Amino acid sequence: MTDKVKLARQFIQAIPHAKALGLELTHIGQGEAEISMPYNPDLVGDPRTGVIHGGAVSAMLDTCCGAAVMSHPAAPGGTATIDLRIDYMRAATPGQTITTRATCHHITRNVAFVRAVATDDDTDRPVATAAGAFTVEGR
Amino acid sequence: MARTRPEPMQVVKQRRDAALNALVSGVPYIRFLGITFDRRGDELTGVLNFDDKLIGNPFLPAIHGGVTAAFLEVTAIITLSWAHLFERIESGDLAPEDILTDENMRFPKTIDFTIDYLRSGLPRDAYARAYISRAGRRYASVRVEAWQDHHDKLYAQGTGHFLMPQDPKPES
Repeated sequence: MTDKVKLARQFIQAIPHAKALGLELTHIGQGEAEISMPYNPDLVGDPRTGVIHGGAVSAMLDTCCGAAVMSHPAAPGGTATIDLRIDYMRAATPGQTITTRATCHHITRNVAFVRAVATDDDTDRPVATAAGAFTVEGR
Repeated sequence: MARTRPEPMQVVKQRRDAALNALVSGVPYIRFLGITFDRRGDELTGVLNFDDKLIGNPFLPAIHGGVTAAFLEVTAIITLSWAHLFERIESGDLAPEDILTDENMRFPKTIDFTIDYLRSGLPRDAYARAYISRAGRRYASVRVEAWQDHHDKLYAQGTGHFLMPQDPKPES
């Protein structure tokens, strides 16, 4: 069990794009994952406002959902995104770290269903939410 | 009644390319991902120029699903902005250098975006084109498709809804 958590953590940290975004896995296990991303001016979507581009938040949410699937006790190994829907509630506040939390709330032999939320310092008002379906793959 | 003589081709091309460049090159995240746009008339094709930092699964290897999502979303937003501004650029009402400095010019805001992953993204360039299904005054609905080697074998597709920038209230 702990081996799988360790493996998932190593796997996330070995992803070149996760490294490029500066993602940090802060919690993983039992079908749940938490990833944070410090503010980075390279990821700004509109230079007039300094707000992080929605695409960077999407990439975080996708990574976090995948990590949640891999950490689920019933998942034998890897996973890939089948579909992902993202709702953007508001702009993330410039300068603040964004944190995503994903839960794999249901898993079958072939498909894992995941929900995730992205917040900044104001944790009561989500920046974005995601809902997705992921493949369940053997080792 | 002689009709006005068409502008020289170079004048037209230069104006359009300058406007597109102003729209795209000022956005740090588009540069971060290495996305560029090809233009034919008013038709845009997004190009995701491959780089190792776009990899999501180093064992396959494959492009990160989040990169694909972002690529589709960027293509949708730029295509929508381009369509929204095209007439004003053509009429000379909006100068290319004012596109990103004018406080009143804003990008459409994503309300929601859904991505279907059809194939894994191979470690090479990808292309995307966005089709505006409906552009209303407040909301727009956009469909995007992305491919690598063959346009008829899409590796991802997406649909999204966007809140259009509102014109500033007229001064009375």
